[in-house]
Amino acid sequence: MATMEILGKTIELDADGHLKNAADWNEDIAKVLAQEAGINELTDRHWLVINFMRKEFQEKGDAPSIRRLTKESGVDTKELYQLFPKGPAKLASKIAGLPKPKGCI
Amino acid sequence: MSNQSEEIKKISVIISRGSLDGVYPGLILSNGARMEGIEANLFFTFFGMDAIIDKRMDNLSISTVGNAAMRLPWGQKMPTLLGILPGMASFATMMMKKEMEKLDVPPVREFLQMIKDAGAGIYACKLAMDMFHLEKKDLWEGVDDILTVGDFYQKSAGGLVLFT
Repeated sequence: MATMEILGKTIELDADGHLKNAADWNEDIAKVLAQEAGINELTDRHWLVINFMRKEFQEKGDAPSIRRLTKESGVDTKELYQLFPKGPAKLASKIAGLPKPKGCI
Repeated sequence: MSNQSEEIKKISVIISRGSLDGVYPGLILSNGARMEGIEANLFFTFFGMDAIIDKRMDNLSISTVGNAAMRLPWGQKMPTLLGILPGMASFATMMMKKEMEKLDVPPVREFLQMIKDAGAGIYACKLAMDMFHLEKKDLWEGVDDILTVGDFYQKSAGGLVLFT
């Protein structure tokens, strides 16, 4: 079982390196995960995406598709990739403390 | 964690067919690559050009003729001879578009815009342009450039090439 030390706590990770238990997540952990991924500061726009993803996940059990994310969050595709340059599927869901999205779109 | 050196960093997807089912796999692969942070370039050639010809890209269809995997809505295999009946291709196309919309797969034009906005390059094949007597103005406005085979290999350097 992969684990990670974040802010003095040992946190379990899944096979993709995402948090195993959504309950372990909080905003400080998100900041640490972001820094590890090369995003030094989470702006309001990052939080908009992260919070939208978390809300969708809680309601539907999976992260939203990029299409829904961009249509409904107010962050368009170009900006989304500027915010999460290494890929929104890989990065945004990880920082949001969610498993990797199951969808292909 | 997989070994860093085994990770795919870059792909070039060639789309050579112009039916709906010929075009979508390449679009899905490219978009999926960008979602994972993989660099992606798309090259349209031969009948795949239809997907980037402005007047045609919204009207791609499925071919019901000679498609041995075609099924009727209730799951039974469709005798290939039925594929020639008037309306069959448009019916099959409508059904597939409906199913894709349910899965949040965008129509071709919107999908290409999404892939372009995600940072992928969209290219047309020079030979196909000449062969079909096409000009730049016939193409979708999002096409970045028209390339020769040599240009294509330069753009694809260091990545995987996927032919669809």
